[in-house]
Amino acid sequence: MLDKGLSGGGRYWAWLGALAALIVAGALAYQRQLTLGLGITGLSRDVTWGLYIAQFTFLVGVAASAVVVVLPYYLHDYRVFGKITILGECLAVSAVAMCLLFVFVDMGQPARALNVLLYPTPNSIMFWDMLVLAGYLALNAVIARATLSAEHRGVPPPRWLRPVIVLSIPWAVSIHTVTAFLYSGLPGRHLWLTALLAPRFLASAFASGPALLILLAMLLRRLTGFDVGREALQKLGLIVAYTMTVNVFFVLVELFTVFYSQAPEAMHHFEFLFLGLEGQAGLVPWMWASVVLAMMSLGLLLTPRCRQDMRLLAAACAMVFASLWMDKGLGLIVGGFVPSPLGEVTGYAPTLPEVAIALAIWAVGSLLATVLFKVVAAVRGEPSGPDPHSRWARAPVEP
Amino acid sequence: MSMDRRAFLGAAGLSALAMTGTQSLEALAGAGRPETTPEGRRAPRWGMVIDLRKCLEDRGCTDCIAACERAHNVPRLESRAHEVKWIWREPYERAFAQRGSGYGDEALRGKRVPVLCNHCDNPPCVRVCPVKATWKRGDGIVMMDWHRCIGCRYCMAACPYGARSFNWLDPRPRVKEVNPDFPTRTRGVVEKCNFCEERLAQGRGPACVEACRERALTFGDLRDPGSEVRGLLRSRHAMRRKPELGTEPSVYYLA
Amino acid sequence: MRDRGLLVGGLALFVAVITFPVWYNVAAGTPTRGPEPVRPAGTGRCVGPTEYMRASHMSLLMAWRDDVVRGQDRNFVGPDGKTYAKSLTRTCLGCHTSKAEFCDRCHDYGAVKLTCWECHIDPASLRKAQR
Repeated sequence: MLDKGLSGGGRYWAWLGALAALIVAGALAYQRQLTLGLGITGLSRDVTWGLYIAQFTFLVGVAASAVVVVLPYYLHDYRVFGKITILGECLAVSAVAMCLLFVFVDMGQPARALNVLLYPTPNSIMFWDMLVLAGYLALNAVIARATLSAEHRGVPPPRWLRPVIVLSIPWAVSIHTVTAFLYSGLPGRHLWLTALLAPRFLASAFASGPALLILLAMLLRRLTGFDVGREALQKLGLIVAYTMTVNVFFVLVELFTVFYSQAPEAMHHFEFLFLGLEGQAGLVPWMWASVVLAMMSLGLLLTPRCRQDMRLLAAACAMVFASLWMDKGLGLIVGGFVPSPLGEVTGYAPTLPEVAIALAIWAVGSLLATVLFKVVAAVRGEPSGPDPHSRWARAPVEP
Repeated sequence: MSMDRRAFLGAAGLSALAMTGTQSLEALAGAGRPETTPEGRRAPRWGMVIDLRKCLEDRGCTDCIAACERAHNVPRLESRAHEVKWIWREPYERAFAQRGSGYGDEALRGKRVPVLCNHCDNPPCVRVCPVKATWKRGDGIVMMDWHRCIGCRYCMAACPYGARSFNWLDPRPRVKEVNPDFPTRTRGVVEKCNFCEERLAQGRGPACVEACRERALTFGDLRDPGSEVRGLLRSRHAMRRKPELGTEPSVYYLA
Repeated sequence: MRDRGLLVGGLALFVAVITFPVWYNVAAGTPTRGPEPVRPAGTGRCVGPTEYMRASHMSLLMAWRDDVVRGQDRNFVGPDGKTYAKSLTRTCLGCHTSKAEFCDRCHDYGAVKLTCWECHIDPASLRKAQR
């Protein structure tokens, strides 16, 4: 079926070519990083995780968000999501692939990556994170493939597929909970040492992922005519509205606990992020931009008339995605390291090679998503095939 | 037997999983820290006591730092962002920030105190390492295996004392004077004070302790009530860094 | 066959590429002697028999590595009953003083890429660099 990804017009190949160029540039930068060391990034002894891990953290959320469409469709037979579910699963595959790549380029000794499997250490959350991410990638790849293959051949999906899909639902929640646990179990990092971190991660995942899915579905309709349906996008938009509201509420709750208790260590991190500390204010405009975007997006999303206008919905989704990308990415990661355990305030800014490598990985993910979406559009769009809606909805309801 | 490509790949994948499975079982089964040395004797619990009254940092003394650098080929990097340090001096207000800024610490205000890895009894860095490249030995030392470290820097995020350094660049050209008796490290691995475990194996004391001309650093067995360190701890009030975190450091400071 | 020219040309190119190591080395006159590591002078013996060391010195070193770093076990009793320190720099290079004339000979011949020397010190190279 992947051969359907090989047929496309001039725009399609131009897009893939542009992505390939970004990938090559990033590969060259990574070669330099392998030779010289991670010193070519903007990381330092105080800020030991930055752009790469920020992208990883944010993208795990996007990957987990497939559950927002899978759960209603498969567990509750919510047929409105009939056409968009497969897109969510393909997006999850591409997002998890990016996550694993970001972790890989962040490692100081990538040749030893398999040590995580050779010397399994169950007390380490990172060990579990690698396992559940790899498992989630495999799950979604299998699900997407089996689903599309069955449709392509015009047969109902195999019986074993449904329990596998049902398994992917708690698994999706687990990948992002485990990622949050990476941070929330560290006693010396007071921005992260909160039980609310995992719920915050899930709320922002379930806002940013579906927001991206809405935008991609709209783009897909524009480019290929494959239409998931207005009702699906509207329902998803409503979900984004509520989850974004919950996310903002969680942030406000955090601010109250930290500032009302006046606990100094946690306060310093928020002061660095929103006000600047000791002359280091690099992230202040970044964080406030995230806040403004969040407020504007909620203004649109919580007003039914605006949310029901597809162009305004698209704008709101773009704002949600950008706001959460800034907050949960660099904001959360760099903010956790500044001030350092010894109270030092060190700035962080990614270097050019670092950005090139990050862009290359985003390009790999975009390439994967493009090809997968192309295959979906081609398979689903086949005029001679059966109606995907009725054929598909029948299978999961079997006793 | 005929097998199509998918079945073959599936079988290969399952076999790979099975091969790592036995090691997972071993990892789950074997936990806990040995309380005896490999020879079977009751293990000491190594600790250090730093007497802040004796430390001559205010006169510019860096003997302990220089000794550690020489003994372990610790590199000197130009940029502060990439620095590697095993033992160094930190202003009292930063090393003991949790004590706040009241009037009780005026005697120590502005004093630079030697700080190093605390070799905690309940180390968060050991808890998070995904490959057991750092672990707690029976004698209390939190060890590093530079052959196994994958450079993920999770231990650096976990350490609440900022005691660990990463080799952002190749350290070898930046070592002032290479000591052939100890390896250098390579780029991409984390390092920290190891309580001179290689010198302890030869019956010698840590380099910093032996280099201090005022004998401000004392090293010994915290489990032995008759040791010099225990005697010092009985004589005066001692502090540890960030005790509220439950890490149980093995490095004590006499104010 | 319409594409005969392309097929034959492609096959010829493939054969040329795949046999490159052979005809290139013949043309360049590459010497055909094997590696000649220079054994240390004197009548001292290695920590193990030559045949074993030739085949398995890497396994021995890995075992030593884990014994010293993870097992706190620093002493090795050889088959001759003598005790040696489990150290690449002190014990191995203590006798095989010239890494360039011993270790590198076979490693270069076999294109073996090692990372050991990124950390472990070769005293001879160190002295040369310091001069």
